[in-house]
Amino acid sequence: MIRLRRNTTTVVPAKAGIHASTARTAEQWVPGFAGTTERIINLLLSFIVCFLLIAAASPAHAVRPDEMLADPVLEARAREVSRELRCLVCRNQSIDDSDADLAHDLRVLVRERLKSGDSNDQTIGFVRARYGDFVLLRPPFAIGTALLWGGPLLVLLLGAFAVARLYRRRDVPVPPLSAEERQRLSAVLKEEGSR
Amino acid sequence: MIWRRWSFALPVVIFAGLAAGLYYGLQNDNESLPSALIDQPAPTFQLASLPGHEPGFSSADLAGHVSLVNTFASWCTPCRAEHPVLQALAATKRVPIYGIDYKDKEDAAVAWIAALGNPYTRIGADDGRVGIDWGVYGVPETFIVDRQGRIRYKHVGPLTQADLDRKILPLVAKLEK
Repeated sequence: MIRLRRNTTTVVPAKAGIHASTARTAEQWVPGFAGTTERIINLLLSFIVCFLLIAAASPAHAVRPDEMLADPVLEARAREVSRELRCLVCRNQSIDDSDADLAHDLRVLVRERLKSGDSNDQTIGFVRARYGDFVLLRPPFAIGTALLWGGPLLVLLLGAFAVARLYRRRDVPVPPLSAEERQRLSAVLKEEGSR
Repeated sequence: MIWRRWSFALPVVIFAGLAAGLYYGLQNDNESLPSALIDQPAPTFQLASLPGHEPGFSSADLAGHVSLVNTFASWCTPCRAEHPVLQALAATKRVPIYGIDYKDKEDAAVAWIAALGNPYTRIGADDGRVGIDWGVYGVPETFIVDRQGRIRYKHVGPLTQADLDRKILPLVAKLEK
């Protein structure tokens, strides 16, 4: 830990001053809350260090060395394809990230397909034919997913509509005062002035 | 203006809608995924046998009759729970049950069947590849295959007697007509 002060002697406040004989000079006396700032700073520093460590950590990948292809170009394509495919056991991970057995099998399968000359799309299509659209981490645009894809646009339009309405309402001109209102106003003003 | 008068109710209406949607989501079983292979021909495969349970199981065995295809494994606890249901069904000889022993150790699978009984007409040992062709993402899963060898239904998770009575057997009867 980082020490901000040196040679401090912490004295428990209740005892401080009771035993006057044990020489405690003024400069040695440290109040009970001494070191609190120091402790807070230390705590903050450790938080920052933790945060930096977490931020610096690269996401773990589950690809095992024995799965990798010798050809770096093909391996890079395999990684690309794997990131598009959902692991159906863990659901929110791609097969590239997942340690599940099925993910391992699918990674090997993807590499086999690519090696045999399939394009990336063909490989994804191969898995999709067996597991359906759910296996795709990027859902395709269809009737069932129209709300998913169109949702943000819909919310934006609704917001624009609401803002437009608000401004239109504000622009309505205020009708001029009627004769009666003007009379009341001048009466009030006169009263104010006479005070 | 009606709008002015009732606009105070809008948040309540939105909340009620959201609550209803979430409640529906909670009640609905969205754990099991629909099979992409419904009404598709079953994959072509040839699986080796477990020792003592020759011959193995291949897609040719499914031709000409309605059948159940059940994936299981000795390491799978829900399969153990489902096993008596399959045993009871096999005893009625209502419909042949084919087994795919999924990613299992041979001797463990043989011991499992010796201990619990064998409801299967044929068993094939799969290292996982045939399972992928069937769209299997966990065990147990049970498929109904029709006379033409097309997959007509998929059940994810252990079968119960109620599943059999309500879903599986009525569909088998319908497909046999």
